[in-house]
Amino acid sequence: MAVRAAHELADGDVVFVGIGLPNLACNLARATHAPNLVLIYESGAVGAVPERLPVSIGDPALVTDSLGVASMADIFQFYLQGGRIDVGFLGGAQVDRYANINSTVIGPYAKPKVRLPGSGGACEIAIHAARVIVVAPLSARSFPADVDFYTSPGQAGKYGTRAQLQLPGGGPTRIVTDVGILEPAADGELALVAVYPGVDVAQIKTKVGWALRVSATLEPVPPPTAEELTLLRDVLDPQHLYL
Amino acid sequence: MSSANPSAPKVMDMREAVGRFVHDGDTLVIEGFTHLICFAAAHEIIRQQRRDLTLARLTPDLIYDQLIAAGCARKLIFSWAGNPGVGSLHGMRRAVEQRDPQPLQLEEYSHFGLVARMAAGAAKLPFWPLRNYRGSDLPAVNPLIKTIECPYTGEQLATVPALNPDVTIVHAQRADSAGNTQIWGLYGVQKEAAFAASRVIVVVEEIVPESVIRADPNRTIIPGFIVDAVVCEPWGAHPSYAQGYYDRDNDFYVAWDGISRDAKGLEAWLNEWVYGVGSRGEYFDKLGEDVTARLSAKPRMSEGVNYGF
Repeated sequence: MAVRAAHELADGDVVFVGIGLPNLACNLARATHAPNLVLIYESGAVGAVPERLPVSIGDPALVTDSLGVASMADIFQFYLQGGRIDVGFLGGAQVDRYANINSTVIGPYAKPKVRLPGSGGACEIAIHAARVIVVAPLSARSFPADVDFYTSPGQAGKYGTRAQLQLPGGGPTRIVTDVGILEPAADGELALVAVYPGVDVAQIKTKVGWALRVSATLEPVPPPTAEELTLLRDVLDPQHLYL
Repeated sequence: MSSANPSAPKVMDMREAVGRFVHDGDTLVIEGFTHLICFAAAHEIIRQQRRDLTLARLTPDLIYDQLIAAGCARKLIFSWAGNPGVGSLHGMRRAVEQRDPQPLQLEEYSHFGLVARMAAGAAKLPFWPLRNYRGSDLPAVNPLIKTIECPYTGEQLATVPALNPDVTIVHAQRADSAGNTQIWGLYGVQKEAAFAASRVIVVVEEIVPESVIRADPNRTIIPGFIVDAVVCEPWGAHPSYAQGYYDRDNDFYVAWDGISRDAKGLEAWLNEWVYGVGSRGEYFDKLGEDVTARLSAKPRMSEGVNYGF
């Protein structure tokens, strides 16, 4: 998933990076096809070039040799709300058919079955980033037809479409999973657009909670290169914190 | 209004600062986004058995997990409640799910919303507008998130109310004895949290002469005249970190998951590491020399600039 997510990034993109796999993907992209990626962390680091894989989103290695450090008020108001972020990364416990994301509660809010950490910066990233890449392994439990709680708005849902809501950013545009890639169709519903080598489409369909549409033409998915795998395993995450 | 009295001496130990400026029932902010989280202050608050606090922080983190488990809090205002990269905050979850050691009321935002609350508080405005929350369930579960029509464009904007804590505690690398405070590295919402508060305690790694502050004024984020107390507490942020002084103790953050998983384990830890020591100095001695060898920062000096004219 780290390699697939890295491929979603273009050189020069200004990226709002989350911790974990997205962080790994961004640093892989920076070491390969996108050397001019600008990494911005919600903690305030701008143009970070972390020498070690950051364990937290506020790691001191994000500051050392960065281009700048901003207050969080500036990060959210000027960088994110100001429309300066090309790509945001989000994960979540649940992603639904319109890419609404839940990272708040499983079950009812007042009496949850599982209390999750909550939004953090996710809600505003989903609203403002020009495009959002969601990274999450595919399973029927994590991809229900409807999420239990809308933490971060997707393409459409009970509150209407993004156009009706006049949301400034593009919202979730690519869902990178462990078996393939989903993308919203014109009506906002997620469809399967890429399948990884050796994976069966019929099997993927059993891993979502709705009747999954499959794109007429699937994108080609090249296997990870030896260079990418070496970088990930030996250089970027040698302690295997995320792999 | 700040109660800071310009002629009163401000440098004091943590026991006195908490004793004088943190009261039962207060709304308390101890900020610091991963960086500069003042565990030394939280531990003294636990030792002095403050009660019925409303705790506000973007990320409750281990610091509020400990305050909640120690029975200091009745309410939590937050935007992301987890142990970063590790998992749940078990102390907080026990309070919410099992009312143990007592019930905990939650008031939930996203980061942007809570940052905006502190910005409004610092600016002494009643609320702050932001383009956010449309398409999210957060306003449905938090009635304090409202909307307003922009008088210029007619656009519907979200609003959040000002947060004005009774007391804010800021950890920083250095200050002078008057409380002029300098931070480098990530500074999160420390400035907004300080300006929003009625009382401000600054806790620093080092107290430096005023001339050191004046030699690099762009680094000052809190002016002494809004500060009530200055406490010098080296390693006062451990297991959080202070850029240029010591690294984050990531091993402890991982270990906390096991320590806090059941109430007894967490209580035993508080007995040993909080109630069982009289001060941050004793806590540091108890950590042993291994911690300085493991976490002390390597030098990476900045060049310095010409402030001449």
